[in-house]
Amino acid sequence: MALLEINHLEVRFASKTGDVRVLQDLCFQLEKGERVAIVGESGAGKSIAAFAILKLISRPGFIHRGEIVFEGQDIVPLSGRAMRHLRGNRISMIFQDPMTTLNPVLTIGTQMVESLHAHRSLSKKQARDIAIDKLQQVQIASPEKRFDQYPHEISGGMRQRIVIAIALLLNPSLIIADEPTTALDVTIQAQIMELLMTLCESQQCSLILISHDLGVVANTTHKTMVMYAGRIIEMGPTSAIIHDAQHPYTQGLIRALPASSQPGQRLNQIPGSMPSPQHLPSGCAFHPRCGEVLQACSHALPSCTYRLNGKHRVACHLFTPPLISSGNN
Amino acid sequence: MKPALLTIDHLYKRFNVAQGLFPKFSFKKARFVAQQAQVSAINGVSLEIGTGEVLCVVGESGSGKSTLARIVMGLLRPSSGTIKYCQQRIDHLSARQWMPYRKHMQMIFQNPYASLNPRMTVRQTLSEAIRFHFPALSRAEVNDKVVSTMLSVGMQPDWASRYPHEFSGGQKQRISIARALAVDPVLLVADEPVSALDVSVQAQILNLMMETREQHALTYLFITHDLSVVKHFGTRVVVMYLGSFCEIAPTKTLFSHPQHPYTRALISAIPTLTPHQTKPIPLFGEIPSALKLPAGCVFNRRCSYANQRCQSEKPELKPVGDHIYVACHGVEENRI
Amino acid sequence: MFDFKHDKVAILSLIVLLLIGGASLMAPWIAPYDPYDLSAIDIMDSEIPPVWDQAGDPRFLLGTDDQGRDLLSTMLYGTRISLMIGLGAVLLQALLGIAMGLLAGYFGGRLDTLLMRLADVQLSFSTLMLAIIVLALFQVAFGAALYGELALFMLILVIGIAEWPQYARTLRASVLAEKNLEYVDAARVMGYPAWRIMLRHILPNVASPLLVISTVQVANAIVSEAALSFLGLGMPAATPSLGSLMSSGFEYIFSGVWWITLIPSVLLIALILSINLLGDWLRDRLNPKRYQGT
Repeated sequence: MALLEINHLEVRFASKTGDVRVLQDLCFQLEKGERVAIVGESGAGKSIAAFAILKLISRPGFIHRGEIVFEGQDIVPLSGRAMRHLRGNRISMIFQDPMTTLNPVLTIGTQMVESLHAHRSLSKKQARDIAIDKLQQVQIASPEKRFDQYPHEISGGMRQRIVIAIALLLNPSLIIADEPTTALDVTIQAQIMELLMTLCESQQCSLILISHDLGVVANTTHKTMVMYAGRIIEMGPTSAIIHDAQHPYTQGLIRALPASSQPGQRLNQIPGSMPSPQHLPSGCAFHPRCGEVLQACSHALPSCTYRLNGKHRVACHLFTPPLISSGNN
Repeated sequence: MKPALLTIDHLYKRFNVAQGLFPKFSFKKARFVAQQAQVSAINGVSLEIGTGEVLCVVGESGSGKSTLARIVMGLLRPSSGTIKYCQQRIDHLSARQWMPYRKHMQMIFQNPYASLNPRMTVRQTLSEAIRFHFPALSRAEVNDKVVSTMLSVGMQPDWASRYPHEFSGGQKQRISIARALAVDPVLLVADEPVSALDVSVQAQILNLMMETREQHALTYLFITHDLSVVKHFGTRVVVMYLGSFCEIAPTKTLFSHPQHPYTRALISAIPTLTPHQTKPIPLFGEIPSALKLPAGCVFNRRCSYANQRCQSEKPELKPVGDHIYVACHGVEENRI
Repeated sequence: MFDFKHDKVAILSLIVLLLIGGASLMAPWIAPYDPYDLSAIDIMDSEIPPVWDQAGDPRFLLGTDDQGRDLLSTMLYGTRISLMIGLGAVLLQALLGIAMGLLAGYFGGRLDTLLMRLADVQLSFSTLMLAIIVLALFQVAFGAALYGELALFMLILVIGIAEWPQYARTLRASVLAEKNLEYVDAARVMGYPAWRIMLRHILPNVASPLLVISTVQVANAIVSEAALSFLGLGMPAATPSLGSLMSSGFEYIFSGVWWITLIPSVLLIALILSINLLGDWLRDRLNPKRYQGT
């Protein structure tokens, strides 16, 4: 049984002019211990997908339809109370900016222990011990000292480690990390990603990594899905996506990286920009910017179930099996 | 040898930092004096920028690269040291004295969402700049210049009556570039101009900057933390760490044969799409606080090659090859 | 949903305000009598109740005051005066306060410290206390007659000067925040002089809180003047504002002559309430953090 199964999830935002669909037809599965990346540019809906899994979408956003099956149970109809039991406990989240994730007026220790007390009944000493142990696991030197410090007394990289420690305190089965290294320097990024990976492996914890940076994703995840304008447009093993991308958008993204061009040469750019969910083009949302656009692209939405081989899926008319004509021609 | 366009000489910049409720006092010269905590943002850097170059300053947070850009543009005054534009000193000028240089040196900022006045249309933003610096132009001429500037950054002229919030991030950045180009500058200082943009838009803006460089014969001082952009766009690179220069080299050389340990660690840490051929060089610990700089080489605490000398003596930038300068005792002593 | 309900209140307030304001503006044309024409007033007509009371007189719809003036006309002219004081004082406060706030916020350093200390000093004197001191001294020094002529001007001046710190502080806070945005840097890099950056770039972007303050301050100014009148320091009895009308009628309340105080009070409350409600609506409208539905 898959740890997490998302079926046809759709998230909308209510507005005066009608509902805006920010996430449509999201389908994917995550096994225990598997690490998957959600990649896309800003506005693609990746963060919304993450928040939706934890049912943290607040008004005017709402889940319109679909299932989120976690450990065999559909959590969409669950009450707030039941969800609180899951959050932090079975599913944890790591956000982008550690400074705003951590409460600046509480010590690190207080925040960690708070997390523990919310889900388990432990004595003060037990909670402190667990917290300090976790701080050591995330390779923070002199954890007892850090326990009593405030977030502003600690550097950015260390803060993110603490955030990871808090996320792992209760040994969740799933961690959702939303751009965990974007706010960090490049030399620290590598350390943090390495740490996250190691911890996930050792604790058999699944990871959903959200990023706009294919490079960060390339070395850390098993599977990758690419999102555009609220839909998954390509999904498959990470190495396949990176070295054998099929969807014109994914190919465009990879080619647009400076590393893909010769120094001094023009970069391969994708013209235009991602449409806002309120003004989605008809048919495939990418067709106005696509270099390989076909007639069908502006009329019909390509479904995401087209398979290249068992594991690599693309939502693109280029891969539509041709219609079999009936009659004599 | 062509004279340098911009010369930075022994630049220092320190900021006083608020002490909190009870500043520490010390007894000096028979009086109690409040101790001022200072952040040393820039610690003795010197640099020359030649005409036509794309000089990239690379560094992580706290390196002082943005502070450097702001001092060059006159937004901040240096604590000591000089800045010369075409051999004329421009540090410590009053706002009025800066006026003739404003046409020559312009700046592009990091955050496209805050770089434009939300209450002014594109036309107003551009024409204000043009009218201010070219007062002799007639209304029609100003308008023509607005149109031509917009076209040169790939924007349709009929968008001139729109407000910034009606544009996407990439388009806003184009408008910022247009504003800078509208006064026909010679030197453009770009402070992380593409860091806040998506990958596909980054490519567009970088291409635009490359084109305008050719069309207008511009010189760039390009501040960034993204080494892949540097590799693509830069002619020369300066690596900065905690307010000091570690290494200055032509781009190709920097990437093929990095010398300074920090440069090597930085280059090895760039996330690549292909699995790492070599594991990233680990750096010990965290970036120390700029409030209390380590003695000796600022990098010594995290460097695996640090020795006694590194902990006490600050290394100077020394030439080690063709246009290559490195500030490292280890490199100088051929230990690395 | 929330939007709509609030809007209704705002629309109602706006209508009330326009009615009152419009009527008072048109006072010279629509008032049945001219309350300042001393020859037309007959002391025998004083203290006549409103027309719906059995002792009322159809000549005077809302009755007369203690001097025999038609209450309705006096109220119309009085509202005019109240509004003039309110708007005049706020204009003065705003000009002073904006200038100080901009300078303090933009230049910072010693100028900022100096101006903010001035503001602190000003704030430690309550408006009423300051007004009392100044106006009382003025009356003593120059006599009641001169005071009568200059009362309007003096009131605007005193209330205006007393309240500038409100604007200055609010504006300074906004300017400090706005100053750090890149477009201000871009303006400096473009070489624009400080005055231009302050007035043409920063001010338009920080003006919304000022509009909100202004509505409240107009209401406050009118109320301050009414309070001063109660103390005998507001508008003179010959050219009364709403407030001084109320105060003049106060002594007669217990002898049953309720209308001189009560009816102007109702009008004053309606005026202040609608200004405040409009201000609330404006503040909500202009709040950028409020979710803007598409």
